[in-house]
Amino acid sequence: MKDRYGLIFLVVLALTGIGAPLLNQAVPEGSALYLSPYAMTLIGKYMCYAMLALAVDLVWGFCGILSLGHAAFFALGGYAMGMYLMRQIGGRGVYGNALLPDFMVFLNWEQLPWFWYGFNRFWFAAAMVVVVPALLAAVFGWLAFRSRVTGVYLSIITQALSYALMLAFFRNDMGFGGNNGFTDFKDLLGFDLQATRTRAVLLALTALALALSYIACRALVASRAGRVVRAIRDGESRTRFLGYRVETYKLWLFIISSVIAGIAGSLYVPQVGIINPSEFAPINSIEVVIWVAVGGRGTLYGAAAGAILVNYAKTILTGALPEVWLYALGALFVLVTLFLPTGVIGLLPDRSEAS
Amino acid sequence: MSPSFLNWAGAARTWPSGGLARVGAWLSATLCVVLVGATPAIAQTPDDTFLATVGELREASFSDKEAIATRIAASGHTSAAAVLTAMLEDRLYFRDSDQHVFIITSADADPFALVEPVSLADAGTAAQDGLTKIGTNNRLRRVVRTTVARFTLASPDPAVRLKAVQEMMRSLDEQTLDLVRERAAIETDAAVKNEIVLGLAMAALTSGDQPAKLAAIERLSTQVTSDVRNRLATFLEQNPDGSFVEPDAAVRSAARSAVSDIDRIRAIYSGVETLFFGLSLGSVLVLIAIGLAITFGVMGVINMAHGELMMLGAYTVYVVQLLMPNAIGLSVIVAIPLAFIVAGLAGVLLERTVIRFLYGRPLETLLATYGVSLVLQQTVRSIFSANNRAVETPAWLSGTWQVNQAFAITNNRLYIVLFTMMVFVALQAVLKRTRLGLDIRAVAQNRSMASAMGIRTEWVDAMTFGLGSGIAGMAGVALSQLTNVGPNLGQSYIIDSFMVVVFGGVGNLWGTLIGGMSMGVVNKLLEPYAGAVLAKIAVLVALILFIQRKPRGLFPQGGRSAEGH
Amino acid sequence: MSVAPDLTTGKVLYLEHITLSFDGFKALNDLTLYVDPGELRCIIGANGAGKTTMMDVITGKTRPDSGTAWFGRTINLLRLSEPEIAQAGIGRKFQKPTVFEQLTVVENLELSLGGKKTFWHSFMATLSVAERARIDEVLVITGLTTQRRLRAGGLSHGQKQWLEIGMLLMQNPKLLLVDEPVAGMTPQETERTAELLLSLAGEHSVVVVEHDMEFVRSIAKVVTVLHEGHVLAEGTMDQVQNDQRVKEVYLGAS
Repeated sequence: MKDRYGLIFLVVLALTGIGAPLLNQAVPEGSALYLSPYAMTLIGKYMCYAMLALAVDLVWGFCGILSLGHAAFFALGGYAMGMYLMRQIGGRGVYGNALLPDFMVFLNWEQLPWFWYGFNRFWFAAAMVVVVPALLAAVFGWLAFRSRVTGVYLSIITQALSYALMLAFFRNDMGFGGNNGFTDFKDLLGFDLQATRTRAVLLALTALALALSYIACRALVASRAGRVVRAIRDGESRTRFLGYRVETYKLWLFIISSVIAGIAGSLYVPQVGIINPSEFAPINSIEVVIWVAVGGRGTLYGAAAGAILVNYAKTILTGALPEVWLYALGALFVLVTLFLPTGVIGLLPDRSEAS
Repeated sequence: MSPSFLNWAGAARTWPSGGLARVGAWLSATLCVVLVGATPAIAQTPDDTFLATVGELREASFSDKEAIATRIAASGHTSAAAVLTAMLEDRLYFRDSDQHVFIITSADADPFALVEPVSLADAGTAAQDGLTKIGTNNRLRRVVRTTVARFTLASPDPAVRLKAVQEMMRSLDEQTLDLVRERAAIETDAAVKNEIVLGLAMAALTSGDQPAKLAAIERLSTQVTSDVRNRLATFLEQNPDGSFVEPDAAVRSAARSAVSDIDRIRAIYSGVETLFFGLSLGSVLVLIAIGLAITFGVMGVINMAHGELMMLGAYTVYVVQLLMPNAIGLSVIVAIPLAFIVAGLAGVLLERTVIRFLYGRPLETLLATYGVSLVLQQTVRSIFSANNRAVETPAWLSGTWQVNQAFAITNNRLYIVLFTMMVFVALQAVLKRTRLGLDIRAVAQNRSMASAMGIRTEWVDAMTFGLGSGIAGMAGVALSQLTNVGPNLGQSYIIDSFMVVVFGGVGNLWGTLIGGMSMGVVNKLLEPYAGAVLAKIAVLVALILFIQRKPRGLFPQGGRSAEGH
Repeated sequence: MSVAPDLTTGKVLYLEHITLSFDGFKALNDLTLYVDPGELRCIIGANGAGKTTMMDVITGKTRPDSGTAWFGRTINLLRLSEPEIAQAGIGRKFQKPTVFEQLTVVENLELSLGGKKTFWHSFMATLSVAERARIDEVLVITGLTTQRRLRAGGLSHGQKQWLEIGMLLMQNPKLLLVDEPVAGMTPQETERTAELLLSLAGEHSVVVVEHDMEFVRSIAKVVTVLHEGHVLAEGTMDQVQNDQRVKEVYLGAS
């Protein structure tokens, strides 16, 4: 089982996860090697996106399930973490209400909605980061795969699902802060989120989470289950005749993928400091797909690399030439699908992940 | 400034807007023609006499003013109605410096805009404090109102008479009742007569004896207005001590059954209204989806840029209106074929440059066309700015068709239903009755066979895609009248369009029609209970569940061959 | 899955009075067919005679309107899903070679192994010594030993067909359904396929649907002729060819 590029990916990841926080914490601020908190946030963000890309690649690249709703799992994980962070604010909000977050006070709510109970405890929020996306994926996937909704139909209804969630979260009555979402977080497990030290640790943790996700996905696709999954991608009914319950395979894969996306979202929120319903927007999900396509679908490190590459380009372009970014992204969609079906990873020599 | 505007500008506040111009124009004419003949000849010119009579109002007591007003009305002067109406509405003033009487156009403006009371010509402006109002009291106003009403009730235009009766019914007194009764005897128009009968019945509710009340209630039980219903409901009210306001049990029970009759009729109309709202929303859904039903349903192409093709259509309207700013009414009509051409050409270009390389790879097509949609969005942002553009609504598209007091249809909703039907019928005609349609269906059913029979399949692909895209452009024209025209217009409709096509059954235009309409109706049925956003979410979730039960939609294409991917 | 066909009554497959229509067209019309254990049965018939539809019914892809289908004495095929039928011991080879092109030959065979097939079981699964031996054995039977590490997409047409038969053998099915195995094969490949199928009969019951009469003659002991969804004749190749009704409807004027 050779995975040379995967190994390179993990080494680079380890270096970043350890190196970036060190360059921020241990190097004095004036030095050429000093890494600014802004750059750290960017790197952390990219790594969260890379996890999301892994999640999408797992279902799309390996099983042919083109989900246009993965941003929803990411956002749900983010909201679960956001709810914890909101409750940590406690009496330090603008209205000084120890129990209710500011937006609820603003809406004249008298008491905490039932689904906010428990989110004052980290372990509970952390559990919800996993459970909520997994539950949604399980229910949706069970219904969809059981009735053999495949191909573009599945893509369209995943998109509709994400869209419906976005509309729902935009509503103030839902109790998730309406279109403002959550922001102005103070601290996480007692650590000040504004402190660079906290941010450095968060970055290292994100790198760790990305590495673990990669290893888990890699273990999965290299197992016999992974081969079954690829068999489903290439010949669903044939796989069924071999005695595999295709629905269960897809369902598990979808759930695992949604959990990775949810965890990525939960790491994203404390680093960028905000979560709002626009995270559910269909374009977000589709953008993830293009990261994967650019990197190379069906190769895990390719998906992660694609996410980082495209987002780096986005940061540069939206900073320098904001007009050009959508043209560039649009062109990327067209050109990659037309001319680079294996992504940039396809340009590398001697790949052997497939076996 | 036209005299008719002058006379009735004030009246517009209390009267519904329609028919006003006619009332005024007609009044001037009638007073001149009808009443002049009845007036004895006078040595002075009629204008002098009239002005002198009006001038008397300045210092007369209220009781004298009554007499003067009657004389003004009897004068038969063309401006009599204008002066009396102005007086009624406290818009009759005289200038302190020369005691000249003027009508002012609005009591809110400062300085006042003056109007000469005899010629009704514009007489410039004057500061408020240089003018004194010719005061009225309630009694005087009642007399004047009756006088004015008598003029209007004699109008040859039934619409004017109807408005007059409706107006008078709001404040019935013995005098107006007599007027109305007189009119009832000679009225020929059914609608006006009906209105009079109703008014009299309403009056009888208050003043009549028991048989008259019962007869009135009986007559009113077929009405739909909330006024009548609420008036009847007062018979059922109880005093604080538990006794009924209406002592007569027979009247109470008649009123009770009449109220329930009215409630039932109103419920039916409100159901019809909801249904119509639903059909009109459904028409929008069908319109945005029908182009997609061609490109997705017939060709199997997932075109995520479909919404942006609609956006191009909407911007076409905007550009057309820029080019012909003086013919807004026509602009929308002109834009329909233009939008078809613009979006159709964009579609053909898209098919030739991108999509044709991706046939048979639907997921890749989805991604590539999504990229195209981003480019199109950014293009209109670069050309027209990121802000929404103001597209004007022609007069013929606004306005309301008041079917009855409980049911009104706005014109734009009505036109969107008609437009959708026209597009649908035209599309069916193209597919069923033209050579292109035959080719399209042939290629859709069996590409290689069609090719073998000499059909240029590539050309047909481009034309089919152009057709679907062109229809998207026409849908964009409709959307420009319903929503903001901006770079995000397409994105907000794309999911709906796909849901309609998938729900109706891919490859089935009738399915799209029925699917879209039923989605619209269900949405509108839910809205009163859930609110607009929640209703939309509910419909989306229901569709997601539906597709999972029937992945091939309401009307799947039958047979074994449809199994394939 | 602990179901195994009970063959004590002597037949491996009972299809009785099966009728199935698509949009009014009767694809199967009161079809009745029995298959013995270890038998090699050939099914012939014109296009639309119902051969493929019959296989669809046996494997659970399509449900008939009426009739019964039993696998052995105890397994009601009409009650089982496709994977359950596969696990009960019915293997199917499609008309077009459908191997997993992105997987290697060995991986294709590995996926066809019997045993537990749940997600988490597959996730933990490793090849046992016996399983490795079985894969090697099948590679030898199908003549694909030297191609074992190749992606299946890179195999020739004939090799793909054999790989697919090999995949069926991995499942060790009681009943093998083989749809047009020699279509598009070279004469050498056809000959090799005939040998392969003959060697499989005895241990497995094999049902072959084929158009190539030469090929059918070379392997068949019993031939069943389908016509318009119904069994027209059954017997040896010679008997069938001399059957008057068969001559009329299937062999035409000849």
